[in-house]
Amino acid sequence: MSAISELVVINPVEPFLRSDRMPHIWCPGCGIGTTVNCFARALIESGADLDKVAVVSGIGCTGRVAGYLKLDSFHTTHGRAIPFATGLKLANPELQVVVYSGDGDLSAIGGNHLIHAARRNLDIKVICVNNFTYSMTGGQAAPTTPLEAITTTSPYGAYEPAFNLPALAEAAGASYVARWTTYHVRQVARSMQEILKKKGFCFIEIISPCPTLFQRRNRLGDGLDTMKFYKEKSKTRHGVSTREVEMSLTGEIVVGKFVDRDRPDYLETMKAQLRSKLGERYIDPKTRIEEESCECA
Amino acid sequence: MRADPAGVLTGAHFLDGDQACTEGALAAGARFAAGYPITPSTEIVERFAARIPTVGGVFIQMEDELASSIAILGAVWGGAKAFTVTSGPGFSLMMEHIGLAAMTETPCVFVNVQRGGPSTGLPTLPGQADMMQARWGSHGDYAIIALCPSSPQECFDLTIQAFNFSEQFRVPVMFMMDEVVGHMTEKVVIPPAAQIEVTPRRHTKLRPEEYKPYASGEDLVPEMAHAGEGYKFHITGLTHDERGYPAMNPSAQDKLVKRLKEKVERAVDRITMLEEDSLEDAEVIVVSYGITARVAQRAIEMAREKGVKVGKLRLITVWPFPEKRIAQLAEKVKAFVVPEMNLGQMVHEVERAAAGRARAILVPHAGGSVHRPEEILNVILEAVR
Repeated sequence: MSAISELVVINPVEPFLRSDRMPHIWCPGCGIGTTVNCFARALIESGADLDKVAVVSGIGCTGRVAGYLKLDSFHTTHGRAIPFATGLKLANPELQVVVYSGDGDLSAIGGNHLIHAARRNLDIKVICVNNFTYSMTGGQAAPTTPLEAITTTSPYGAYEPAFNLPALAEAAGASYVARWTTYHVRQVARSMQEILKKKGFCFIEIISPCPTLFQRRNRLGDGLDTMKFYKEKSKTRHGVSTREVEMSLTGEIVVGKFVDRDRPDYLETMKAQLRSKLGERYIDPKTRIEEESCECA
Repeated sequence: MRADPAGVLTGAHFLDGDQACTEGALAAGARFAAGYPITPSTEIVERFAARIPTVGGVFIQMEDELASSIAILGAVWGGAKAFTVTSGPGFSLMMEHIGLAAMTETPCVFVNVQRGGPSTGLPTLPGQADMMQARWGSHGDYAIIALCPSSPQECFDLTIQAFNFSEQFRVPVMFMMDEVVGHMTEKVVIPPAAQIEVTPRRHTKLRPEEYKPYASGEDLVPEMAHAGEGYKFHITGLTHDERGYPAMNPSAQDKLVKRLKEKVERAVDRITMLEEDSLEDAEVIVVSYGITARVAQRAIEMAREKGVKVGKLRLITVWPFPEKRIAQLAEKVKAFVVPEMNLGQMVHEVERAAAGRARAILVPHAGGSVHRPEEILNVILEAVR
């Protein structure tokens, strides 16, 4: 008996979680917790200084991730995690700022912020858990909902074309774009590790089940059935054009790392431009911001 | 603490109100601004964008006002003093994050150079019709502080005050300018940095393991930590407990929301700033603010020339409303005359505070220009009758 309890105590991701907030709100079969587990493992593997990692979420089921991670964490307003992260990163560039939110939050209400942060190549890492629906509010259609899918606001099947999120992120200027499903736990963790080391705007889409609202309404089975589905339908195609990775309700899921390119990030271009015009008169923002706001050491 | 000399443009200058506001923000220690272009406020961020690279800080032009208004909150939690600037239509979009700033107790300043509304209204012409929106515009119960400058000099002085109040009480402060004050050019004297008092961030002195983000002391204002310092805190727009954790129940709601209001209301005497003149013998008092107070000044002088006993009360602090002072004065005057560039906003507060002991008479103006002094004078003459 004592051996078993010792095993429980050394769960390697526990130090990354606010265990005083457990149990979490996510349903059985939901994939969000799986992605959090991957994220914690990526943090361990990357050897990141946890004091310098900040997580910013918007609103929704994935929006709750920030609240469960034992890091500096911000649960902001619906769709606005990215612009909050923008201010946070620019005020303290030493921070590794990770935006962790859902497809509705990031691509509908927050869609404008997503493309502009990618355009700027701001050095933030966006993890988008895509379950094709607004789960927190009971399963409404999202910009990601595949054609024909039943949701509470598309009761006769969705007829709006969906966003292809990797293509959107790439077109807007992202430095790194990957997609996996929650079946691909090792690949997710590895991609997360990669973006923690990569400079610039990085975007990972993780296809994830919502058995309670999306899978059930579309007769796609439970969480386990969805894992089998992901296993069968996923095809890894690294480097493929993001134009070829559109999703459908029951078709093939193209996964892999689609984009990994180097562009100077926002702060680099800002500093280079200002220095080229102002020379010695230009003052690097970092030191002043810290000195000015408080008398704290 | 004293202002950082790097941001202080000491000397006598000829500046418009918008430019003076920028200088006030820099003197106050603002090292981050996010904005989106909108008339008649744009000059404030234009000057900030030109000045900040040689002071040490960041300006970013965001994709919209929703983004600007939350980018500043992110910057504050990253350790900066930060502000954003807008006018009516942008102010409407910013309501979301005025609420988030109030809920998360993020010190920051929202500047609104008011123009005629509603909607797109009169982009290049003045209004004062956002005064109630400044107080009540975001959903839910909360408190803010709002200041109203009447001159470019005050745009400088009071912007510093706005930042200081925001740090002291950890609230968003609304800096309610108007198009005329923003675009009028006058002499602005900027003192040496050593003579400018700035309020530092209320940073916790506790160690991370002892720290609770929303535990507050006697003045009900909790102390902050910044991201990246090892505190590993959680901040949410949800109703939360002292640990910052979501708490979805009526007692947590009661405790939090009452404290958010109470921390400002109990300090009202420290926050209230008024300019008073000739109140001793006054039978009528003109209550006004912003550019309208300067037009009212002329009307008061004209009335005095006619032997009318009229006094002046200018609201510098508009919110929290100085109801105690109005209530005192209501005991001894016949009426308050309230000219404002809207169809009746602060007059309702005057009326409420006067509680029937003195009349509150609106001198409305739908905006687009200032009042003519005669319009105010006529109401004063009617009020003393």
